Amino acid sequence: MSSIRIKAKDRKGLVDVKCLMKHDMETGLRKDKSGKKIPEHWIQDVTAEANGQVVFSCAFNTSISKDPYLAFAFAGKKGDSLKISWKDNTGATDSAETKVK
Amino acid sequence: MDRRSVLKVAGAVTAAATALVALPRVAFAAYSDNAFKQKAGADALQNAFGASATTPSDQVKLKAPDIAENGAVVPVEVETDMEAESIAILIKENPSPLALTADIPAGTKALVKTRCRMGKTTQVTAVVKSGGKLYTASKEVKVTIGGCGG
Repeated sequence: MSSIRIKAKDRKGLVDVKCLMKHDMETGLRKDKSGKKIPEHWIQDVTAEANGQVVFSCAFNTSISKDPYLAFAFAGKKGDSLKISWKDNTGATDSAETKVK
Repeated sequence: MDRRSVLKVAGAVTAAATALVALPRVAFAAYSDNAFKQKAGADALQNAFGASATTPSDQVKLKAPDIAENGAVVPVEVETDMEAESIAILIKENPSPLALTADIPAGTKALVKTRCRMGKTTQVTAVVKSGGKLYTASKEVKVTIGGCGG
């Protein structure tokens, strides 16, 4: 299963998007039990595309909470295909696709 | 190598260098250490948006709780009716204040909701870039348990 959960709903021409990404978002400041620092590991870039066009993109710092939540709205309609993808500082990526309801 | 090919190579190198310099401006919502690792909010803004002068505006709407019981998960919402190019969230007392930058293409509403970490009681500032200028709204959030670890 993808690490991203998306809900997208058409509200009079504006599509409300809510998404949750599963990610540790380690700040690099936390220490484990032996006192060693846990290395940074966080999502840096998130991009949303509707029908292949970028409708929203943002960059996160480590100060975004664990398992980030993101909501935005774009001009679209029911049936549009929406793809959200992220990339973290280790280069790992994931994406999920859904249809606007 | 004759003069012609030297010029060609020189031209290609210049073009590549220009492309590299131009890149951050084209996709400025992309993550960059330059902006996100800054310790001061003004420096972070300068590197993210190329400007650090801000004007407070009541058209920028920032929603955040007055008191956050858990600094690890503080809901923050930024919205504006202005024609925004991008939105940023600054958390003043965090080790690196810039928390998020978002790119708003035409047709997308100038709205971002997310959850942030806050180390301690801090001022939160929403920054909206509109017409090349930066507009802000600020609010103090009291944090009872910090969320930055350490």
